Amino acid sequence: MNQDSALIQPSDDADALRLLGDWRVHQAARLERTLRRESFTARRLDGRGIEHLDAAGALMLLRLADLAGVQAEDVMLREEHVHLFGTVAASLDEDEAEETPVPAWQRGLARIGATVVKLGQSARELLGFFGLTLLTWVKVMPRPSQWRVTATVHHMQQSGLDALPLVALLSFLVGAVVAFLGATVLREFGAELFVVDLTTFAFLREFGVLLTAILLAGRTASAYTAQIGTMKSREEIDAIRTLGQDPIVLLVLPRLIALLIMLPILSVVATLAGLLGGFFVAVFSLGIPAELFVARAQEAAALNHYLTGLAKAPLFAIVIALIGCLEGFKVTGTAQSVGERTTSAVVQCISTVIIIDALAAVFFMEMGW
Amino acid sequence: MSDPVIVIRDLKNQFGSQVVHEHLDLDVERGEILGIVGGSGTGKSVLMRAILGLRPPQAGTIEVLGENIATETPARRLRRRTGVLFQDGALFSSLTVLENVEEPLKEHYPDLTPALRHDLAVLKIRLAGLPASAGAKMPSELSGGMRKRVGLARALATDPELLFLDEPTAGLDPVGAAAFDQLLKTLQQALGLTVFLITHDLDTLYTVCDRVAVIGQRRILTIGALSEVERFDDDWVREYFFGPRGRAAEKAHDQGGR
Repeated sequence: MNQDSALIQPSDDADALRLLGDWRVHQAARLERTLRRESFTARRLDGRGIEHLDAAGALMLLRLADLAGVQAEDVMLREEHVHLFGTVAASLDEDEAEETPVPAWQRGLARIGATVVKLGQSARELLGFFGLTLLTWVKVMPRPSQWRVTATVHHMQQSGLDALPLVALLSFLVGAVVAFLGATVLREFGAELFVVDLTTFAFLREFGVLLTAILLAGRTASAYTAQIGTMKSREEIDAIRTLGQDPIVLLVLPRLIALLIMLPILSVVATLAGLLGGFFVAVFSLGIPAELFVARAQEAAALNHYLTGLAKAPLFAIVIALIGCLEGFKVTGTAQSVGERTTSAVVQCISTVIIIDALAAVFFMEMGW
Repeated sequence: MSDPVIVIRDLKNQFGSQVVHEHLDLDVERGEILGIVGGSGTGKSVLMRAILGLRPPQAGTIEVLGENIATETPARRLRRRTGVLFQDGALFSSLTVLENVEEPLKEHYPDLTPALRHDLAVLKIRLAGLPASAGAKMPSELSGGMRKRVGLARALATDPELLFLDEPTAGLDPVGAAAFDQLLKTLQQALGLTVFLITHDLDTLYTVCDRVAVIGQRRILTIGALSEVERFDDDWVREYFFGPRGRAAEKAHDQGGR
């Protein structure tokens, strides 16, 4: 009929099935269909007619033997195929219970559970790491010989100075957007002038710091994780330890201090750039005179607004530096792990920064600061 | 011995101004395990990559299983009939062990039912000397030795005739390496494979290889049975086989009584 029948045929001897032709992997699907469709009974299988046999073919042969109720020993084969058949049969013989698959809803629940546990764990780890870093800092403080000034300055340049143009540009643009947005709403009330208050307020209290923190979370936290992670995967961290040095002193403190210094400075720049963006829009698009803008901004810019904004900067710096470094230390072995940790660091940093900012906004508001 | 599976003629490989191979000829016979040795930087892996069509040579012809790989992008047919084990297994890190082994089957034999594909993959995992329960693991959870075994299982997934191995025992402890050698020998005999084996491991050479080819000075310096190659008059070859490590491996092999 078709090729299936060519592979398995009844023989003259009623107790035996004759197997013919090519029993290789490209026939496996066809053989499986045949085995499913038809039933075979035999006492012996005569496989001497099989011309080509491979491991997949041997598996199908074993299945046929099983279906027909033939012992594996009663399968006759060409000499060159005996060894292969024996090897395949032996490898399947060592039976072991295969794990029963878990139902999808259980797996879903397990995932949720595992995620919650992991979240709790990483929060604990972060707190622990914070404590460790703080302790180390206090210990190193009285010993200036252990201060890593060069490394600190290096990181100040890398994560601070080099980020300056980007921070300024983005803040400028966001400032302009805020002014535009405000203007479209305020125009309806004929109160376009309040655009100045809006921009000043927004940037002094929130946007200056928040934008900088989010930018650095993307730019610096990922860099920290990648740097430390690569060192971890190349066992450099272990090497540092075996030399009797402390990786926290060597790697974490310089990065943390660099960010603690640079993030507030960058925030100031971001605030100024944002105000400048608002200024440009107000003056050139909304027709507010420059002198008026400056006078109005001076009135709106109370010191307490600025301080409540800037107070968050060190907090963000700590969060970004610590998460970045900690994720780096969590890297295990492979390059893939470096990538995963870097992603995780950025996600954690940005979400933590925004959560902290929201909590702080509520807190400051309630306090009336 | 005149049924070559791989025929290389006048091969030239070059990176910029650095010539790695020139006028390189090599025949790999059907059913043999050919060991490729050579000092670092002599282009063993480059040769393998050229044969696999991963890197076009600057000159020369390479025929694998009767097909010239240079004329067209290596045919799918050819891919199906060859298996490769890269140095560290090169397992797909986003897939489980089982999915890794199923992948070539999925690609080349789409008409297989999922159940049968699963069973074939489990068979290959078993043949590679791993328990079937390893199938659910991710590559990152495996030890180096297990990764290589999974890599081997994946290389064997489509029941290829020709197997390429790049330093299969590198990074394994001696016990694991010996077990891998044994596994390789068993599978090669059972499945009738032709094996192209790059190695630095003298023990592997002594226990599994039928013939050995030494790469050096941009070509195959010598090829033949180990006993002939050992006697080849070249400083590196002498140093390699008769240095302290070479002697130890030979001694161990002789005492092993094969």
